Amino acid sequence: MDLTKVDEAVQRNGADPSMLIAVLQEVQVAYNYLPKDALRRVACLLDIPPSRVYSVANFYRAFSLVPRGKHLIQVCLGTACHVRGADRILEQLERTLSVNPGGTTTDQQFSLETVNCLGACALGPVVVVDGEYHGRMTVSKVDGVLKAYRSGETSAASGSEAKAAAEREAAT
Amino acid sequence: MNKLLTASELDQWRQSLLKERDPARPLVAVCSTTGCAASGARAVLDAFQSEMAAAGLDHTVALKATGCHGFCERGPIVVIYPQKVFYQRVKAEDVQEIIATTLRKGEIVSRLLYTDPNSGEAIAHEDDIPFYKRQQRILYANNGRIDPTSIEDYVALGGYSALSKVLTGLSPDTVIDIVKRSGLRGRGGAGFPTGRKWESAHAAHGEPKYVICNADEGDPGAFMDRSLLEANPHSVLEGIIIGAYAVGASTGYIYVRNEYPLAVKHIGLALQQAREAGLLGKNILGSGFDLEIKISRGGGAFVCGESSALMRSVEGRVGEPRDKDIHATESGLWDKPTVLNNVKTWASVPHIINHGAEWYSSIGTEKSKGTMVFSLVGKINNTGLVEVPMGTRLRELINDIGGGVPGGRKFKAVQTGGPSGGCIPEELLDLPVDYEALTEAGSMMGSGGMIVMDDRTCMVDVARYFLDFTRDESCGKCTPCREGVQRMFETLTDICAGQGQEGDIELLEELGHVAQESALCQLGKTAPNPVLSTIRYFRSEYEAHIKEKRCPAGVCRALIHYFVITDKCTGCGVCRRNCPESAIAGEKKQPHVIDPAKCIRCGLCADVCKFGAIGVE
Repeated sequence: MDLTKVDEAVQRNGADPSMLIAVLQEVQVAYNYLPKDALRRVACLLDIPPSRVYSVANFYRAFSLVPRGKHLIQVCLGTACHVRGADRILEQLERTLSVNPGGTTTDQQFSLETVNCLGACALGPVVVVDGEYHGRMTVSKVDGVLKAYRSGETSAASGSEAKAAAEREAAT
Repeated sequence: MNKLLTASELDQWRQSLLKERDPARPLVAVCSTTGCAASGARAVLDAFQSEMAAAGLDHTVALKATGCHGFCERGPIVVIYPQKVFYQRVKAEDVQEIIATTLRKGEIVSRLLYTDPNSGEAIAHEDDIPFYKRQQRILYANNGRIDPTSIEDYVALGGYSALSKVLTGLSPDTVIDIVKRSGLRGRGGAGFPTGRKWESAHAAHGEPKYVICNADEGDPGAFMDRSLLEANPHSVLEGIIIGAYAVGASTGYIYVRNEYPLAVKHIGLALQQAREAGLLGKNILGSGFDLEIKISRGGGAFVCGESSALMRSVEGRVGEPRDKDIHATESGLWDKPTVLNNVKTWASVPHIINHGAEWYSSIGTEKSKGTMVFSLVGKINNTGLVEVPMGTRLRELINDIGGGVPGGRKFKAVQTGGPSGGCIPEELLDLPVDYEALTEAGSMMGSGGMIVMDDRTCMVDVARYFLDFTRDESCGKCTPCREGVQRMFETLTDICAGQGQEGDIELLEELGHVAQESALCQLGKTAPNPVLSTIRYFRSEYEAHIKEKRCPAGVCRALIHYFVITDKCTGCGVCRRNCPESAIAGEKKQPHVIDPAKCIRCGLCADVCKFGAIGVE
């Protein structure tokens, strides 16, 4: 496995044990997850035991030790989204994708994650796909959103935002 | 830009910036931070850019992507200065009309105005909207007026004048004294007096000393810190620099949540600009005071909002809290004296220095001074961020500013303080909100999240929700939190599933009290609050679940069923086609029927029915 990106991350942050989390964040961005070999390399370069690297990688929610799918779906389970029915949206996603939170579909298309509040409470329930916000979600909208990413017809940004705005308009 | 070498050079810079700026020049401010961006603000901003250029207005009218105006419910928001015309839910298609009508002719586009649902009146100016009218904005005053990526905007409005005042004439002791007399208390939730914290770090032995800004805003439903960092990062930075000078720190950290990419970007930019301007680094404004500030991005662990866990995380370790016998002000980050304050606490400091301790302490209640920022979210009409004096009554916050509960439903409770807080029922709505009053009511101030709940919110389910959260976020170091909270969660799950037993309420109370007494950190000690407060105010709802196997709010899946309201059903078949379990049957144009044995209670049918023909009980 090509570990040059690990070396670069360490170079940028400095070979200082206190920069471990920052280094792992960059490694995760570069490889889409934290490969075992990358963790070993980080331990070696920062001169700390692999056990400490593993414990940090395992502790923080932002890190994944398994490869993630092409699209990352984050379902906000913040309180505002919860009281507006976020759990039903999550269940619909689980059902449709046959995957649990933290998991990736067998075709490696989607990874499903939950987050505790994205601070877009006015739009709740919120689902974020690849950083694009889909606000005021309903169970019935789930299929449409997935379809847009699956068929790759999206850079969904403008489309979904405009659609969300139009729907809001209709709702008022 | 050139490095500012003295305080008078900063003044000169400000004067020259002001000379270039004509206050009467029209300005179009488009709210572009996370909330409005998610609603499509970027397209609106782009449209203004191209349409204004096409109309030849780009030299006479200024355009700004500003920070959060707070009224997220109505985003994307556009405000046109100097008249402060307030347009809401603006779309790219509306831009041409705004340019032709408002910028060209000075007239109002009435269809984009906010309409007061109570009076039915369309309101043209920001200050007249009830949501804003009743607020007192100090920290958020400039949010809608400045471009957060421009240090010039901040300086032109008086930015860094407090720092300059401190560095040119106030000793660290005097600064600490001013902050102490102002009555400022920590805005992260616990409310420890800020001046006293600074004083003990100042007096502590050990070098170097550190200052930390806690921007690991983890409480679900709270986003005011993010909003301030996105909208006015220099105000936070100025506060940190003043604090570092007062305690004698030479290094600072801003620990910011990784889920807040725009806040990270804006504060990073602000640091770079301040460094280039000589407001950070060596010999700041010629005073001999040195300070470096770094950003530390969190890894998505709620417990890292706890100060001792946060410091471990800055050190690059697992974020586990430690016992508070030793204060961080004596032995904190790398066992050195450390002051950690919340984003809003730091941002309050420049205002206190500029306007004086007496001014600040004249706002608020006897023991809680100044203003507090709350996020009003959940079942409320005007979702958004509001800044009000401490002591404002809950009723005013929720009904007058928040516009009450939508859909004609009935208010039930408001949850404050995030997972550490509790639920406050309707009979306590006249409570003046300050640290003591909320604690007495079994909740807490927390970071300022306020989640409003209506009669369709189940309080047992809410308690279970919060325990699921804390159980998941527990670091696992101490038993009361790791095991106790887990057991409480399991008991609540049983109750919600219709398997609650006599004695469960008492068991929850007992476990809750033990965790309160014996957990290691505040996360564990306060985890039982949502349960204990809902038992205190909504005991009958727990009893209905346990004894009658009934969820009065119609939320707990195992205790409810969906049915077709025959009179309303037109037999259109939409529910039948959408049901994932094929549990709905019926002929075309005939009332349909749900088979309760097959129904998984996902609620999809109620979602898609256009005739309100799906009932739940």
